[in-house]
Amino acid sequence: MDAKTIAPDQKALKVVGTRPVRPDGAPKVTGLARYGADFSLPGMLWGDILRSPHAHARIRSIDTSKARALPGVKAVITAADFPEQKYEFVGPERVAINYWHMTRNVMAREKVLYEGHAVAAVAAVSRAVAAAALRLIAVDYEVLPHVIDVDAAMAPDAPLLFEDMITRGIEPAPDKPSNISKRVELNLGDIEAGFAAADEIVEMNFKTAPVHQGYIEPHACLARFDSGGQGELWSASQGHFVVRAYTAQLLGMNIGDVLVHPAEIGGGFGGKTVIYVEPVAAALSRKSGHPVKIMMSREDVFKATGPTSGSSMTVRIGVKKDGKIVAADGLFKFQAGAFPGSPVMNATMCGFAPYNIANVRSVGYDVVSNRPKSAAYRAPGSPISAFAVESTMDAVAVRIGMDPLKFRLANASRTGTPTAWGPKHAHEGYAETLQALLDHPAYQAPLAKNQGRGVASGFWFNNGGESCATVHVNEDGTVVVATGSMDIGGSRASMAIMAAETLGIAYDRVRAIVADTASIGYTHVTGGSRVTFATGMAVVEACRKVTAELCARAAMIWKVDREDAVWEDGCARHVDKNDKGKSTGKFEPLSLKAIAAKRAVTGGPIVAEAAVNAGGAAPGFASELCEVEVDPETGSVKVLRFIVAQDVGRAIHPSYVEGQLQGGVVQGIGWALNEEYIYDDAGRLLNAGFLDYRIPVASDLPMIETIMVEVPNPNHPFGVKGAGEVNIVPTMAAVANAINHAIGRRLTELPMSPPKVLAALDSGAKG
Amino acid sequence: MAKHHISATLNGNAVEYLCETQQTLLEVLRDELHLTGTKEGCGTGDCGACSVTVDARLVCSCLVLAVEAQGKSIQTIEGMAAGEHLHPLQRKFLEHAALQCGVCTPGILIAARSLLERNPDPTEEEVRFWLAGNLCRCTGYNKIVDAVLDAAREMRGN
Repeated sequence: MDAKTIAPDQKALKVVGTRPVRPDGAPKVTGLARYGADFSLPGMLWGDILRSPHAHARIRSIDTSKARALPGVKAVITAADFPEQKYEFVGPERVAINYWHMTRNVMAREKVLYEGHAVAAVAAVSRAVAAAALRLIAVDYEVLPHVIDVDAAMAPDAPLLFEDMITRGIEPAPDKPSNISKRVELNLGDIEAGFAAADEIVEMNFKTAPVHQGYIEPHACLARFDSGGQGELWSASQGHFVVRAYTAQLLGMNIGDVLVHPAEIGGGFGGKTVIYVEPVAAALSRKSGHPVKIMMSREDVFKATGPTSGSSMTVRIGVKKDGKIVAADGLFKFQAGAFPGSPVMNATMCGFAPYNIANVRSVGYDVVSNRPKSAAYRAPGSPISAFAVESTMDAVAVRIGMDPLKFRLANASRTGTPTAWGPKHAHEGYAETLQALLDHPAYQAPLAKNQGRGVASGFWFNNGGESCATVHVNEDGTVVVATGSMDIGGSRASMAIMAAETLGIAYDRVRAIVADTASIGYTHVTGGSRVTFATGMAVVEACRKVTAELCARAAMIWKVDREDAVWEDGCARHVDKNDKGKSTGKFEPLSLKAIAAKRAVTGGPIVAEAAVNAGGAAPGFASELCEVEVDPETGSVKVLRFIVAQDVGRAIHPSYVEGQLQGGVVQGIGWALNEEYIYDDAGRLLNAGFLDYRIPVASDLPMIETIMVEVPNPNHPFGVKGAGEVNIVPTMAAVANAINHAIGRRLTELPMSPPKVLAALDSGAKG
Repeated sequence: MAKHHISATLNGNAVEYLCETQQTLLEVLRDELHLTGTKEGCGTGDCGACSVTVDARLVCSCLVLAVEAQGKSIQTIEGMAAGEHLHPLQRKFLEHAALQCGVCTPGILIAARSLLERNPDPTEEEVRFWLAGNLCRCTGYNKIVDAVLDAAREMRGN
C-alpha cells in the first residue's frame, strides 16, 4: 500500500473522492489529443528563431537582407517589428511584470543578455529553408564581460546588465546602478532580543543551482494573424488568457482582437505561464500574411526559457534548550536571470512560515545575471528557502538532541500564529502532516550501514483568484461544464466531479471542457494550485444557479410557488415552505432529464455562468520522510524510501492528487541530486539537453508513498485547499538531512551530486 | 534535390511517402503523414516521447532517418488500439491515472508494449529499467509502473 488518506472530518459525498477515468483520457492514450505542436493550417509556414551565441553583447547592427532574398523566405523580423513598451512594474509586487523587460526577453533590442537570447526570426516554406535563412542573418556583436553567479553579480565591480538600474526597496535609493534589482525585508518582533535570549544558535550558508521545470513538451504554437488587425493562436500554455494579454500588448493590439485556442499542454510546472514563441509567430504571420508555426528545440528550451532561480543563502536560528525557537534570520540572494523577477519575495515569506517564531527577519535580493530569465516553478521560491531553513532546523534538532519531527511539532504554526508578512495563519493542517509521519512505522524502522533518514517540511500559499465557468444543460439532460482553466493534469475530471456532486447526477452525464478566450470570461493561469479551488468554486456556483433554475422550472410545471420546489439527489422535489420545507409527496420528483425535456415550454435553454475572484484560499503544508543509501566509493545517493504527507483539504479525484504529490517529490529529488546548469568560461551552457541535464528516470526511484491529510478548507464547498505545489517544497532538505544522517556530513550546496558527496566524505568535517 | 520515394508498412497498412535525405522518421510521421500522436520532446533520443517500433524494434523515431524505413513495418501509437477497443495498457493507464499532461504517454505505451512482448511477467524493477529511456516529468512514475504491471497481469490472464 503506497497511498492512504487521513480524513478527520469526512462529509458524505457521492462523487467527490471517487476515481473515475478522466474525460480527456482516451484521446491521450491513443495519440489523438492535440498539443501545441500538433496544429497545422493550409498554407502554413515554419518559423525559426536566431539566437545569441554570446552571454553578453551589444548589438551593433543586424543585416537581414540576404535572408530576405532567399527563395522561400516570407518574412524576417527583429525587435524593430515590435513596439517599444513603457518601463513600469505592473501588478502586485510578489508577481509584478514589466513589459519593457518582457518585449526585450522575447526579442533582444540593445543587447543580448544570455546565450540563446532571441535576436531575429524568419518564416519560410519549410523548416530547412527557415534554418538556412537564419544562417544568412548577420549580427554585428560587441562582446561584453558577463557574470553568471549571483554573489559575483552583486559584487561592486560586476559587469552591469542594465547600466542604469537602481535597486528598488532601499531608502534612500542607492546613487549607483547595480545588478541588484530589488531588496525586500520582512520583520516580526525584535530579532536582536530574540537571539540574545537563545541558548543555542546555529548559522549556516547554502547555495542552490537553478533548475529547469523540464516539461517534456517544448514550447510550440501556431499563429494566424491577418492584415485586418485580428489574429488567432493555438498555443500550449498554463493560461490562454494571459497568452492573449501578453501577445496583444507586445504586438500593440487590442486584447479582443486576439483569440487563443487552448491546446493540450505537455507539462508546465509554472514555466508556461509566460510567453516566448507566441508573439514571434504572431508577428511573422502578420508580416507574411500566412499562418506560422514555431516549435522550440529542447536545446533552446534549456538556453532560453524557465528555469527557477539559483541562490546563495544564510540562515540563523536561535533556540531554547527545551526546543522553543526564539529567533530566525534569513538572507536569500536569488538569481533572477537576465531580467528582474525572481521569486525571492515568496522565499522570504515562506521560509519560516511553518513555524511559530516571535522574532523573525527575512531579507531577499533579486539579482540579474547573464542567464535565461527565471520563470515560475512549482511553489516558486519556497523550495529554495526551505532547503536552507529546513537543513538548519535539522542541525538545530541535532544540536539540542531533540527528535526532528517533535522539534517541528513543538514550534508548528497553527490558526492565529503570526506571519512575518502581516496576517495571522488562518488554517490548521501542518501539525497533522507531522503527526502522520510520527505515527508511520517507517519512522522507527532500523537502517543499515551507509543508510540515513531525514525529514523536512514546507509551506505554500495556494492561490485563489479570477475564474469563470459556464454550465449548459443539454436537450437530453446531460451537462456541459466549460471553464477558462487550462487542464494540465486532470482538472477536467475534477470539474466534472464537482459538477456531478452539486447537480446530483452521475459523473458520466457531465462533459467538462476548456473553452477558448472568446467563449468564456477571463480566467487566470493554471498555477498557484488554484484551479480546483477557484475554478471549482465557479463551477459549483454555476451549478447552484442551474439547480435554482431547475427548481423554478419544476414549480412552473407543477404550478406551485417557486419556494415550494427544492433540489435534492438530482431531482426537484415538492415541499411545503410553510411546513418547515417538508416533502409533500403531491408530485413525483422531476429529474434533470425530465425538466430538460420540457425546457422549451418553461422558458427555453437552461444555462448558468459564474465569475469569481475567489478569496479564502488555504495554504498547503507538507512534511516528508526520506531514506537514502550513500555509496562511499562513488558518492552516489540512492533514494530507498520516500513518504510525503500533505494537507490537501479535500481530494476531489484522489488519484490525481496522489499524482501531484508523487510528481512534486520526484522533481524535488532531481533538484536535490542531479539537476544543474553547467556554464563554460564564456557563459555558454554546456548541458542543454536531457542527456546531460539529467531529470529522474524510472529506475532511479522507489515508489513514492503518499499520505493525503484532509483538513477541509471551510471556504470551499468541498474543502479544497490546492494540492499541486507544496509537495516539492521540503524535498531537497529531506534528502540532505537523510544524507547527513547516513554519513555525518551536511551538504549545503545543490545538487548533491556524487562529486560533492565524495568531497564531503573526504573533508572529514562532521555536519 | 529530388526527394526519396519510400514504401513501408504503417500500423499494418501499406504507405508511400516522399522525403528529403535529412528528414527524420519523426518529422515525416508528424508533418507529412499527419500522425501527431508521436511526440517530439528532445530530438536527440534522450526522452523517448517519439518512441515507435520499426520491424518490432523499439526506437526513437527522432534518431531514425525517414529513408531508413524503406520496406519496414512501423508501429505508432495510432495503431495501438483495435478500433474502439483500447489495448490493455491503454485501458490500465486510464484506470490507474498513469498520465497527467499525457505528452510522454504515447511513447511510454509503445515502450511498455515492447517490454510485455518480450517479457510478459516483468518485475517492478524490470519495468523501471525498461522505461528508463522514457522521461515523464509529471507523475514520478508510480502510477505508470503500477499500470504496466496491472496490464501485464491481465494480459497473462490472471
